[in-house]
Amino acid sequence: MFWDARLRAHPQFRVAVRDFLPQWPGIAAWGLMTGVTMVKSGMSVWEATAMALCVYAGSSQLAALPLIAAGAPAWVVLATGFCVNLRFVVFSLHLRSYLMHLPRWQRLVAGYYSTDNTYVLFTRRHPEAAQAPEAREAQQAYLAGLSAFNWASWMAASLLGIALANFIPPEWGLGFAGILCLLGVQCSLASSRLRLLAAGVASVVAVLVYALPYRLNIVLAIGAAVLAGMVMEETRRRLPGVRS
Amino acid sequence: MNALPVDVTDGWTLGVIVGLSLVTVIARSFFFISDRDWPLPHWAQRGLQYAPMAALSAVVVPELVMSQGELVTGLDNARLWAAAVGVAVYYWRRDVLQTIVFGMAVYLPLHIGWGW
Repeated sequence: MFWDARLRAHPQFRVAVRDFLPQWPGIAAWGLMTGVTMVKSGMSVWEATAMALCVYAGSSQLAALPLIAAGAPAWVVLATGFCVNLRFVVFSLHLRSYLMHLPRWQRLVAGYYSTDNTYVLFTRRHPEAAQAPEAREAQQAYLAGLSAFNWASWMAASLLGIALANFIPPEWGLGFAGILCLLGVQCSLASSRLRLLAAGVASVVAVLVYALPYRLNIVLAIGAAVLAGMVMEETRRRLPGVRS
Repeated sequence: MNALPVDVTDGWTLGVIVGLSLVTVIARSFFFISDRDWPLPHWAQRGLQYAPMAALSAVVVPELVMSQGELVTGLDNARLWAAAVGVAVYYWRRDVLQTIVFGMAVYLPLHIGWGW
């Protein structure tokens, strides 16, 4: 990870920083609004700071806030946090092949620092896990660069948001920059018709079952879209005449 | 809430914060916590090609077309206009940063100015 000076000195570390730069404004705005929202939901400055520094998961933080404010039982807050984070369970299945050569504690650290942005950017630049030692080191350096800058940008913005909470009205909706950022990443991933199909299926399902508790709509949408992509891929393999 | 003194930090909330931090580690490391070898079948590797796109769509699209859990049908939806401009800008410039900048340039006036 990024405390390893050898990885920081690796050229891929700088490539990661360059790739991360377009994400920066979105992360910063999203972190800023999460910081503001934590304090506005009734948390003390210390609680909000502890949450920003430890939890490091914007969507699960935002989902937990109304439950904490309402005095919901701790297990409900934690279960909600886990369900909102279920997409990361899917990502961890994918990241496994890139990380299994590391000792367990390093894998857990890498897991802690992986976010939507780092996962998408990492797997976009490195679609396959490397096997050779040098190639593995390059991938680890790239991941370390993404993790370091994502973490630093998010933390700086969150802490700034906590400090400025009383000056920025949440009604401005600056957090929408985070959504626009994800939208841009989506466009960059739309490289095949099957991926567009997956996007369409996921969108429709996520809206249709939006009323499910704990943001389970996201989990169902991912499952349906992955299934649709795989079924169409199989169908195309059997019917070579069908255009991709 | 206003009746409470500002800046009261309580142990229960801090406990929940520690719990949520563990949830972050467990969820994000889920399939590589164990040391045991666990080779991924080919079909699963293929399926995961679609997971990032699916997850992003599932998070983003409800944010664009829904409000308070209801589908928004009117055209007075600042988010939808901003997203449309954002997508157009992406395919014009191929740049995520400009997608955000132009999208927000559409969103903020409509949202703050018109109240959409």
